[in-house]
Amino acid sequence: MLTYTIRRLLLSIPTLLFISLVIFGLLQLAPGDPMAQVPLTVPAEVKEKMRQALGLGEAWYIQYWKWLVQFFWIEPQVLIDHWFGTSFAEGKQRVISWQTRSPVMDIVVQRLPQTLWVVGLAYVVGILIALPIGIYSAYKHYSIFDQTGTFITMIGFSIPPFFTGPLLIVIFSVSLGWLPSIYDTTHVVTDWTSFKIQFQQMIMPVMVLALQTTAQISRYMRGAMLDNLNQDYVRTARAKGLKESVVVMVHVVRNSMIPVVTVIALGVPAIFGGAIITENVFKVNGIGQLLLTWLYANDLPGVMTLTFIFAILIVLFNLIADVLYGVLDPRIRYD
Amino acid sequence: MTDPMPSGPEADAEFITALQDKTATAAPSSQWRDVWHQFRRHKGAMFGGAFLLFITCAVIVGPYIWAIDAQALDIRNRDMRPIWVALWDSTAKTGWHRPFGTDNLGRDILATIIAGGRVSMAVGWAAMLLALVIGTLIGVLSGYFKRLDFWLMRFTDLVLSLPILPLVLLAVTLFRQPLTSTFGGPEAGMFVLIVGVIGLTNWMPTARIVRGDILALKEREFILAARSIGTSSGAIIRRHLLPNVISPIVVSATLGLATAIITESALSFLGVGFPSDFPTWGKLLSDAVPRMQEYPERVMLPGIMISLTVLSVNYLGDGLRDALDPRIRGR
Repeated sequence: MLTYTIRRLLLSIPTLLFISLVIFGLLQLAPGDPMAQVPLTVPAEVKEKMRQALGLGEAWYIQYWKWLVQFFWIEPQVLIDHWFGTSFAEGKQRVISWQTRSPVMDIVVQRLPQTLWVVGLAYVVGILIALPIGIYSAYKHYSIFDQTGTFITMIGFSIPPFFTGPLLIVIFSVSLGWLPSIYDTTHVVTDWTSFKIQFQQMIMPVMVLALQTTAQISRYMRGAMLDNLNQDYVRTARAKGLKESVVVMVHVVRNSMIPVVTVIALGVPAIFGGAIITENVFKVNGIGQLLLTWLYANDLPGVMTLTFIFAILIVLFNLIADVLYGVLDPRIRYD
Repeated sequence: MTDPMPSGPEADAEFITALQDKTATAAPSSQWRDVWHQFRRHKGAMFGGAFLLFITCAVIVGPYIWAIDAQALDIRNRDMRPIWVALWDSTAKTGWHRPFGTDNLGRDILATIIAGGRVSMAVGWAAMLLALVIGTLIGVLSGYFKRLDFWLMRFTDLVLSLPILPLVLLAVTLFRQPLTSTFGGPEAGMFVLIVGVIGLTNWMPTARIVRGDILALKEREFILAARSIGTSSGAIIRRHLLPNVISPIVVSATLGLATAIITESALSFLGVGFPSDFPTWGKLLSDAVPRMQEYPERVMLPGIMISLTVLSVNYLGDGLRDALDPRIRGR
């Protein structure tokens, strides 16, 4: 298992290099001059110098290499400096955003907590709702609960978040006036009242994201339970007189969780992608909203770095899913 | 003791009648009739298929029946409410000549919904077909030719680990300008760009499924037989393999259609899709969001259209999966 994990980790390096090359190539091929906004009165040689200062004007492979060095060598040093107070990265060139002229990673780190709070909580809530629905509708196969559950998950599957978002805002913010329609990230939780406000403003974005997760995971849970409920070991467990709750909740659920856990791991990057839209709807200033801002501002280093962070998430969680599958199911042998 | 065996012509006749079937054999039924029988039993799939057919026909012939130009401005009749608002609010500005109301520039909402549906459905179908062709091609090549298998599948894995939505956003924003000038007109350029981008990022599931099925099929006897009489690889793929992988392709096509429609709407919603005066469902939805307090129906109508279409496509896919699977069929 350990050798498999190490092999997969090593294999993910070329994968990530390929992905970074694809993103970089896309940005290189793109038209759009970062100097386009500079006034026409600025002389050509000054423009050329500004271009040099942005790191443009070099051959593409030199620019790519410099980005790689900055991202993989200098940024970790900055992180270590920040943690231990050392000065490895002193005076070294970091990835600089063209829009704000400040290091890209600093802005990302500022925005990350908002995304993690909303997205992470939504995922946990989604899973907590999905698992009981999946278990019960498989146990009562073809019952009214199962039929309704399947229908509702199908709807949750089909309604896009950019429709559920405005829909919830119309119902709960406009008509009923219960919840705020905009997520206030400057809000600080100090006491019970401020916690209540925080809770209220998180309900809608979390529910919109959780609806998608719930739909997907409860379908998988139901399928996995149905596969397991007719197995011989379940009959054996019943025959030796175990209580029905023990049979279902311990024997069957444990075995059904194996594929579901990997699906949960695989779904993490997707929900970060979905957060781009949800953050836009509820005006959460997380990394999804940041990506859109930089995209419109033609800020290539920022877009490059942020897209690559999304790619790292995908590769990492694919790896986690595969390893978990092997750990949880002793029948799977990778070596 | 055992009875002596009866003999003679009467006894023979008795044996023959005993061997005959008591009930008449069912009329031979073709594979596609079986599929249709199984499909009809799935109510959701029937509704889904019917609704998809209805919506496709409606957006094709709709502009001829409801012959109001979606772009025509009618500033005197702007901000009209749909006709059903008159049920509870008799002072609202409604009228039978504008059954779904008009927007803030006086454009007829029914006409814009039909026009928007045309674009959304066209993008969905075209992107789905593109993804299907690429996916099937890569899947067949990878499953049939052992030498290509390793590299093509590594490539598929790599593409699968690309962050799709950020990359699609990136490509659409960055290549808007050059493609618009190449294809003459922002609408045509944007259509090609969006279809291309969605198609190029959605072929991987199809490729994997097709490869798996081809790998299993090509070890079967009928392929060996075909090869032994000297059939070329191309003919084996066309005559023997492709017809046998039709069902997984059809099922993944329905999923692809749903993804394509949602992705196009999401792009339009984020403001990087088609130009602003060109209606698509996602565009209509996002344009209506700032004024949804006064005019909630302008958000609801396109949103419901997107959701119902995707829902029906998903149900259709579910039913087709059951109907095309010979292990489930007939149970």
